[in-house]
This record gives sequence, C-alpha cells and structure tokens, in this order.
Amino acid sequence: MAKRVAIIGIGTTGFRATTPDVSYRELTYEAAMKAYLDAGIEPKDVDSFVATSEDFFEGYSIADEYSPDQLGAVLKPIYTVPGDFIHSLASAYMMILSGIGPISVAQGMSKASNMLTLSEMVTFAMDPIYNRPLRESPHAVAALEMARFMYETGTTREQCARVVVKNKRNALNNPYAGHSVLIDTDYVLNSEVVSYPLTQMDISPHSDGAVVVVLAEEETAKALCDKPIWIRGIGWCSDTPGLETRNWAEAIYAQYAAEMAYKMAGIRYPRKEIDFAEINDEFSYKELQHLEAMRICKRGEAGPLTEIGGTEINGEFPVNASGGCLGVGNLYELNGGHKVLEVVRQLRGEAGKNQLKNVTTGLAQSWRGIPTTTGTVVILSN
Amino acid sequence: MEITEKMVLKTATKLSAEEIQKGKVLSVQWTPNLKYAWDNGPAIGRYLAELKNGKIIAKKCDKCHRIMIPPRMFCELCWVPTSEWVYVQDTGIVNTWVVSYVDWKAGRLDIAGGVRPFTPAVIEIDGASKGMGILHHLNEVDPWKIYRGMKVKAVWKPPEERIGAITDIKYFKPIE
Repeated sequence: MAKRVAIIGIGTTGFRATTPDVSYRELTYEAAMKAYLDAGIEPKDVDSFVATSEDFFEGYSIADEYSPDQLGAVLKPIYTVPGDFIHSLASAYMMILSGIGPISVAQGMSKASNMLTLSEMVTFAMDPIYNRPLRESPHAVAALEMARFMYETGTTREQCARVVVKNKRNALNNPYAGHSVLIDTDYVLNSEVVSYPLTQMDISPHSDGAVVVVLAEEETAKALCDKPIWIRGIGWCSDTPGLETRNWAEAIYAQYAAEMAYKMAGIRYPRKEIDFAEINDEFSYKELQHLEAMRICKRGEAGPLTEIGGTEINGEFPVNASGGCLGVGNLYELNGGHKVLEVVRQLRGEAGKNQLKNVTTGLAQSWRGIPTTTGTVVILSN
Repeated sequence: MEITEKMVLKTATKLSAEEIQKGKVLSVQWTPNLKYAWDNGPAIGRYLAELKNGKIIAKKCDKCHRIMIPPRMFCELCWVPTSEWVYVQDTGIVNTWVVSYVDWKAGRLDIAGGVRPFTPAVIEIDGASKGMGILHHLNEVDPWKIYRGMKVKAVWKPPEERIGAITDIKYFKPIE
C-alpha cells in the first residue's frame, strides 16, 4: 500500500485578464509565499520542486531554467513539466512516494496576457506538413469537436449556453475570478459566431495568475496541518494526436485519466462517491463532454442535467462552483492548478459564498487545450 | 533561411538544393509569428527606467546584505522581499570574457576582412556585491589585450537615444 500524501498548503495570486504590475517572477513569488505560509514551512524544508511551463507560452526556449528563483528552489532538486499543472502535481506526488523526501511542491503560472499572437501559437501546435498549410483557426478545431459531440449525444447549443451562464454567475462570488458576469442563455446564443456552433461566449477568455501547492507524506502532513487534503487518486492520459483519427465526440483521454484515478481511489460509482467537481470548461461543451467521459453523467445526460440545474451550486452534483475557466479565465498550463485550488478550498470549507455543504470528496480535471488530446484528473478528500 | 548545398548533403536522401528551391521536391516552410509583450514588473521595470537616465540601480537584501543587479523584488537565496534601492557605479571589472568569431545566428564574422571579433564579457559592477554584474560587450580595446580583472566603464548612448533598455549602454571600455 502506497504512502498517503496530502496537500498541506496552497497559495494563489488570484486570476485576472492582465497583470501589468508584475512579471512572472513576482507572480509566482506571491503564490509560493502564500503556499509556504499556509503550510507553515519555508522553502528550505522542501525536498523537491516541480514547475510547469510551455516554452512557446512563456516566450523562452528552455523556460524551465527560469523556475527556481521565485519558488525558493535555487540549488534544490527541481524540474519542469511541459504539460498541465496536474501533471506536475502527479510528479510532486511521486517524488514523495519514491522516497526523495517528505515534502514536495508543485507550481504553475499563466502570463497569457503577454502572448500577443496567441492564435498563431496554438496553430503552431498542429502538424506542419499536413495540417498547418490549411491555415485553419484553432477555434475551428474546437468547433469541429463541439459539432460531433452535439450530433452524437443530442446535446443542444442551449445546453452549452447554460454552462456559460452558470459558470460566469458562479464566478461572481469567487474573489479570485477574472471574468464573472451575469448573463442569460440568449446572450450566449446571440454572441458573435466564431466557428459555428461555437460563439464568442462559449470560449473562455484568458487570465494571468499563479498557483503553488505544498504536498507532504502522512506523518509530516498530520504534524504540520490541521486540514490536510488527501490525494486519493491521480491519473493522466493522452490520446493519439491526429486530427484525422481522433475520436471527435468523446473525450477518451479524460475517460482513461479518470479511470486511472478512480482505480487508485477505489471509486466505482463516481457520481455517488464524489460530491462535486471542477472540470475543464475552456469551451462550454467541454464541461458536458468531460462529465460524460468521466462517467459522472451517462452519454447525452450532461446537457439535460445542466438544463434542470443539476450542476448548479445547490444542484445534485455541483460542477465548477468556482466559475470554471469560463468565469475565472483560461490559464493554459495552469488550468489544472486552478481546479485543484478550488477543490481544496471547498474541502477545507474556505470557499466563501460558493461553499458547498457537507462535501468530503472532490474531483479536479484538466485538459491541455486545443489541439491536444491530453487530460489529467485528481481526486481529493478531506 | 536559404537552403545551401552543405545542408542538403547532410540529409539521408541525396537531393540537390536546386531541386528543393525550384519546387521539384515537396517542401513546407513555416515562419512562426510569435510575439510577446513581457511585463517587467517593478524590479526590472525600474532597472530599465534608470538605464534611460544613464544610471544603474540595484536592490539590497536586508538579510544577506547582497546588493543585487539586475534588481529583484525578493532575494532568491534568503527568500525575503528586498527593500532598499541602491545606485551602483557604471564601472566594474571583467569577470570573464571571450573573443568570438561567430554571431548569435552562428554565422562566421569576416575577421580576415577586418571585422572586429565580438568580445562579450561579464562585468562585476562597482558597488554591487561580489559576483553581481552585467553581461555586455567590450569595445575600444584590442580583443587580445583584454584580461581578467580589467577595469572598465560603461559607454552610454546619448540621452535622446536611450529607450530604457540594456542597449542604452553601448558597451564597456577600459578605464585608462
């Protein structure tokens, strides 16, 4: 039986559309300082660090070399994962299991506002020989998926719009959220078409911010922390990348990542055994698609469940009570960090006006965004 | 980028550059359009603003007392916020340097044709703590007469040409 590992500290800057007052250094420094204070440790107590960055998003080759200073990780064991924050969390978790030491740290940061040619950077992720010459918009790739998902599951644009309305409204009560607004479904449906059926309001706008998480093995966690949040299961998976061959309707990467985490956590019936979830909703339909992929909903059920309010804060299975990517902002490689942050806040009873009642187990899920087929899942309990 | 015969010869399939250039062989070219507007934050922001004023500014750590350039809002070793801003000199000594025959694109400089080799150097700035300095160019000096510990001074662009960049200093030159 593997050692138990808990989140004993978490820190964030919050998330806003721009952060012209600070560089990435100060941004991570603030989150790290808060996380260490929260955990009651100093960086010298940390045995290993894992950072998250994507070179093209940061605008540096080998961007990971710029990770140590602001984490207090100079001349300490550290490496960077070019993936989602939850990949880094998995690495930090494994650092402890592998016996490197009882305390590890995972970091993620977004300076999305600094990327001036964001769309072209995402296009650059497509195959140079047989995809890029077609010069399709990355949003068209998302829309291709949305269309197939809607066709196979009977999900409607109205149901997707309900996700946007819910998440942006939830964000109103989240002081960390950068894109909260009160709108109705008509507003979403009538917003500018980007690539039909995808409209401007179906797309999460980007945000800047940082999240740092401190992990500790059981004995250390209990000694340092009153409210340790236990990692019960963690999983990650990548589908074939081909735009020609992937399954466009189902997020199979999310299914496999979730099943890996469920198995580790001993969860058989996720809808019953998990109380709430923070799910990647970079595009409105992704929340519904991911819910179904992870067996929280049956195929074609996520849309109707959303329509009757089943995923609202007071619903049967609250999803993205924080406001999700739609309300908080698309944080790129940090998306999973925000999800973990919100699950921890809920399980500690620190979610303020959005606090869910009697929650003991939550799921955080992320996706690396277009054009990827990579997903990550972590299940946490208090 | 121009495709040369030498580059083509390194590929496993023997093709002539001409075959590629004339489109006889399928090839795809993609020039990425990657543009960033990096926020400097208060430390590097002030550093650059002071360069525009013709000054070099550092920040001091209250714990280890290091006077650090480039300035930073926190000491990466002591893990405490830095407090005091300290002006340092625009003079220093050469820590390490090289005589470089290639440019940043790995292109060879025409040394035989009279082009001066590049002489990048790390200069420990007077007034900053030991080991703290600026990476810059040396000039107005015979590349082969540079030595470790050589005293040098910044040569600034005229005030009206400064924009708040590391290139507001043209280069460092020997004192005396």
